Amino acid sequence: MTDTRIKPIVMPKWGLSMAEGKVTGWLKPEGAKIAVGDEIVEVETDKIAGVVEAGDAGVLRRTLGAPGTVYPVKALIGVLADEDVPDVDIDAFVAAFAVPAETEEAADAAGPRYEFVDTPAGRLRYARRGEGEKTVVLVHGFGGDLDNWLFNIDALAGAATVYALDLPGHGQSDKAVGEASLAFLSGALIAFMDALAIPRAHLVGHSMGGAVASAAALEHPGRVASLALIGSAGLGPEINSGYTDGFVAAGSRRDMKPVLEQLFHEPATVTRQLIEDILKYKRLDGVDGALSALSANLFPAQRQTHVLADRLKETDAPILVVWGETDRVIPAAHAGALEGRATVEVLPGAGHMVQMEKSSRVNELLLDHLKR
Amino acid sequence: MSRTLSFKLAINEALDLEMRRDPTVILLGEDIVGGSGSPGEMDAWGGVLGVTKGLYGKHGNRLIDTPLSESAYIGAAIGAAACGMRPVAELMFLDFMGVCFDQILNQAAKFRYMFGGKAKTPVVIRAMVGAGFRAAAQHSQMLTPMFTHVPGLKVVCPSNAYDAKGLLIQSIRDDDPVIFCEHKNLYASEADVPAEPYAIPFGEANVVRDGRDVTIVSYGLTVHRALEAAATLSKRSGLEAEVIDLRTLSPIDWDTVIESVENTGRLVVVDEANPRCSIATDVAAYVAQHAFGALKAAPQMVTAPHTPVPFSPALEDLYIPSADAIAAAVLKTHPQALAA
Repeated sequence: MTDTRIKPIVMPKWGLSMAEGKVTGWLKPEGAKIAVGDEIVEVETDKIAGVVEAGDAGVLRRTLGAPGTVYPVKALIGVLADEDVPDVDIDAFVAAFAVPAETEEAADAAGPRYEFVDTPAGRLRYARRGEGEKTVVLVHGFGGDLDNWLFNIDALAGAATVYALDLPGHGQSDKAVGEASLAFLSGALIAFMDALAIPRAHLVGHSMGGAVASAAALEHPGRVASLALIGSAGLGPEINSGYTDGFVAAGSRRDMKPVLEQLFHEPATVTRQLIEDILKYKRLDGVDGALSALSANLFPAQRQTHVLADRLKETDAPILVVWGETDRVIPAAHAGALEGRATVEVLPGAGHMVQMEKSSRVNELLLDHLKR
Repeated sequence: MSRTLSFKLAINEALDLEMRRDPTVILLGEDIVGGSGSPGEMDAWGGVLGVTKGLYGKHGNRLIDTPLSESAYIGAAIGAAACGMRPVAELMFLDFMGVCFDQILNQAAKFRYMFGGKAKTPVVIRAMVGAGFRAAAQHSQMLTPMFTHVPGLKVVCPSNAYDAKGLLIQSIRDDDPVIFCEHKNLYASEADVPAEPYAIPFGEANVVRDGRDVTIVSYGLTVHRALEAAATLSKRSGLEAEVIDLRTLSPIDWDTVIESVENTGRLVVVDEANPRCSIATDVAAYVAQHAFGALKAAPQMVTAPHTPVPFSPALEDLYIPSADAIAAAVLKTHPQALAA
């Protein structure tokens, strides 16, 4: 097991609740040359379908995970090694590979999955990972929740103390949204930081959460160390209200599926469980009112009420802008709004949920951004 | 906040939350308080299986222990509903509906229609259904089809704790009379249930398993038998069954059923009710009429036999549709798999 020439490909752990995943298909054949970041194998969990990207370079020597088969997290599903490593060594590596057991203590040490904090903006749910000196707060978008950062929170936790919250009206936080304005949501974000005694944080916002983070940075520049805006609202006037209105209106699986498919470059990412989880959220008392009011105030008739790009140009904190090239909710052209002022990356093969679809690349960009 | 809760406690929580939200919600039933007027009533049992336990301590006289006269208190609940309350009456066993059927069939179900939409009757009648409880022929029937036959009634039969809470809240908020059927052998089953109130809309079936080879339609307890059968079929025959939980029988979600059969070409309906004029015949007939071109095999029905529920445990166990019987019915729609 100490053979450093041989790199295992294992079933990933996407979020704390994931215990197993199904291999759905290999994107590279055995013998293929693999570069870091190449998409190797497709995996489906009960929450979402995704792709495992190479963390190492080499030749794909074994594809052990059989399509259609379910494997526990950290099980060996493939092997990478250079061409000159003999087959016999690879076979010995495979035979000796033991799935690292996740002990109960390790699971407990990771802390509770979710916590709650009382703020003037209501009771808010959040997750906290990592112990770094820097503090990162992840802010999801319209209709989302902290699980939108499933593929990011653990990767960032190596470099910072990372918080992900459910905004008011979302996830398992209180459903009251005040006057349903951007100011209420950014105020809630600052109230959340106050309640947890976070003096200053790097804010990462997705979609509407990007506008919330931007507004917080404009109103409270001293509290915001940097901004990362992903498929963000607030950078241009256009928005596909067909998505937001459809999300508010859909009450059944049949109506919700085509709405959610607009979020992804690859529509097959939308699993039955993902749709069911969102319907369960939407059925909670108060959600319909909160979402209707927010969409009417922030995204009426194909327009965004708040375009903050010009004001953001006059601020000092570092800004990273990331977009999925085929975003069907907010056009990727908005990534250019802060050209010259911000680091801008538009990623091909990704839609609005770029932080899920291209998680390794987005995590890399965020970790670089935190270093600045 | 979500946590694991039993079907029984999910119903208790739905009643508690709606009583807190709406002062017109009241509960009536035999022994639902338990020990009224005697010492210890605050922690009394609460109904025949304890579903309403603890609610008297929280809501006091909004729970009414009634005399043993179903015709009287179901009538009282329907009258109160017509006068602006939202009563939830517990009938213990759906089998007892016989003695109060006029109030339901000829009064509650007709008010809105006969008064030109000027009257509404927001009453919920909760009752236990189903066999397997060793309670003999008069306490075990699945009489759902008797109520789906009557226009003006809504009929609900959840299969799990999450749906039980959301559908009961919807039933209480609904302006029409709702017959809410609780399978007694599901009371101990657990699921993740949010602590907050939520409502599941009527007429929205739940696809509980995806599959391409056959559509299995069911509701209540037998949804779990259908899932067992689907898992076995996947392992033994490589057949992937789509399993649909109807959740509400009136209104019924035809679109989800038809859409699924159009994909799979095969239908098996599982119903714990007796076979003649049942939910099973209804679904099979509807699919035959509206998706005939999609069908690649005759629709199959798996139901209880046309007999009273036996008291003999051995016979009662054979009475409820089993996973084996469901799997056998699926194989009848796939003769080549049967031969292989």
